[in-house]
Amino acid sequence: MRELREPPIVLETRGLQAWYGESHVLHGVDIQVRQGECVTLLGRNGAGRTTTLKAILGLTDRRAGRVTVNGTDVIRLPPHKIARLGLGYCPEERGIYKTLTTQENLTLLPVIAPGGWPLADVLAMFPNLAERADSYGGSLSGGEQQMLAMGRILTTGARILLLDEITEGLAPVIVEALGRAISLLKSRGFTIVLVEQNFHFARHLADRHYVVEHGRIAAEIAADEVDAREDQVNRLLGV
Amino acid sequence: MTMTLQAFMAQLTIGLIGGCFYAMLSMGLAIIFGLLNIINFTHGAQFMMAAFLAWIGLTQLGPWLGFPSFAINFWVALVIVPLVVAAVGMVIERALLRRLYQLDHLYGLLLTFGVALVMEGGFRYAFGVSGQGYEPPELLQGPFDVGFMLLPKYRIFVVVASLLICFGTWYLFERTKLGAYLRAGTENPKLLQAFGINVPVMITLTYGFGVALAGIAGVLAAPIMQITPLMGGNLLNIVFAVVVIGGLGSILGSMITGLSLGLIEGLTKVFYPEASTVVVFVIMALVLLVRPAGLFGREV
Ligand SMILES: Nc1ncnc2c1ncn2[C@@H]1O[C@H](COP(=O)(O)OP(=O)(O)OP(=O)(O)O)[C@@H](O)[C@H]1O
Ligand SMILES: [Mg+2]
Repeated sequence: MRELREPPIVLETRGLQAWYGESHVLHGVDIQVRQGECVTLLGRNGAGRTTTLKAILGLTDRRAGRVTVNGTDVIRLPPHKIARLGLGYCPEERGIYKTLTTQENLTLLPVIAPGGWPLADVLAMFPNLAERADSYGGSLSGGEQQMLAMGRILTTGARILLLDEITEGLAPVIVEALGRAISLLKSRGFTIVLVEQNFHFARHLADRHYVVEHGRIAAEIAADEVDAREDQVNRLLGV
Repeated sequence: MTMTLQAFMAQLTIGLIGGCFYAMLSMGLAIIFGLLNIINFTHGAQFMMAAFLAWIGLTQLGPWLGFPSFAINFWVALVIVPLVVAAVGMVIERALLRRLYQLDHLYGLLLTFGVALVMEGGFRYAFGVSGQGYEPPELLQGPFDVGFMLLPKYRIFVVVASLLICFGTWYLFERTKLGAYLRAGTENPKLLQAFGINVPVMITLTYGFGVALAGIAGVLAAPIMQITPLMGGNLLNIVFAVVVIGGLGSILGSMITGLSLGLIEGLTKVFYPEASTVVVFVIMALVLLVRPAGLFGREV
């Protein structure tokens, strides 16, 4: 009975392996994300969390295994076709285009599905961006760049958001604002995969945590188990 | 100085026309380099091919087909020839250049250089090395009185048309949505593809566009230059110097540098004719010493 009531799986990897050139980085990652869930990928530096997101999107040099997005097997598809199945990507380095203005960055991404947010809604969520509309991306502060990197994927109609280290190096007020943004997105039904270093930030937002270690999933911990398994998490994260 | 104002202005006009060609060609090179990371040594051969195709269309095609009175006039050529040259370019991109993107610049340079030699050799084999002439269209024949002097109508047309094309290209690149995609693709193509843009197709079309600029320049050049298989290679030497001075990858930079260097060349012809063929290269050497990335280039 329980199975039937659960929302469908919208993103799944099975035995996902990935390589950069000759170096074999992922050795079989299995994750399952249901519609509307917020799931984290935790782990130490170099564990393979960023690579997991890149391998899902087809951005690594080579990959093998199974990746399904909204039921479609994407392992043989080029990145632009994978994205069009409903993925929105916010990369670790933020990927703001320096030679484009804030406005151009915000309106650049193609619409991949109906239901993308109007620009006004994005600006309501991140008011700072409105003030910087005509500034070039290269001149924005770290926080502004992060808001822009998140805001622009909301316009596309993507319903599965892959967010990589969005709090990295940002001031506490901005981290709080991003936390509120994630909560709001969750309440609006977005599916979110959050790569995080900051466990304190992630633990109150996520429904489930995966701990990545040496290119594999080392543990899967539901939100309600976190308190009981805190020691294990701390050990795996090396804190 | 015994030079009349008339002669001075005539030299300046010639310089300006040269500058227009430098600007159009170096813009195409800059656009291609930005997105493909390849220095397109075929550019000169593509320019030459366009001039030849225009000439073939006007003087050869009818007799070949058995209708001596049939000819593709200048205006039609100005539209069709750049499209044909671009189409051939896109085939080259798909079949050859595509395989080199992961490698060092040097390989792209060698390949495009080789393709240029093949194209030049082909035209030399078919048409020989002596120059062919091309009559300007009737509408643009004869002189035009600009007030203080007479200028050939066709030359005025070339300057106006080139400036429009340069400005249009700049506007497209810097002020439109399409241009935003091109700039984004130049900065980070991989990420752009992860957002759902078909970057490989975009690259092919961009190469076609850059080559089409060389094609337009080639048709515009047909009535004022000797049409020979080597016309593009010779011009390209100077255009590469222009690109080095302006900085690869800057659209506005190539436009401004191209026009100014044409004018400087024209002025040198007036004041110190012996130096007119080397002045561009002297400037290039000086710029390289002071600003290796070029006047408008971004440091990388
Ligand atoms: N472009 C690359 N080329 C070669 N190796 C890479 C590349 N990117 C990452 N790696 C290697 O792959 C492994 C996993 O890196 P990844 O970026 O996925 O880690 P991560 O979990 O995101 O950690 P963090 O972001 O905290 O550094 C690391 O050992 C890293 O050195
Ligand atoms: Mg990472």
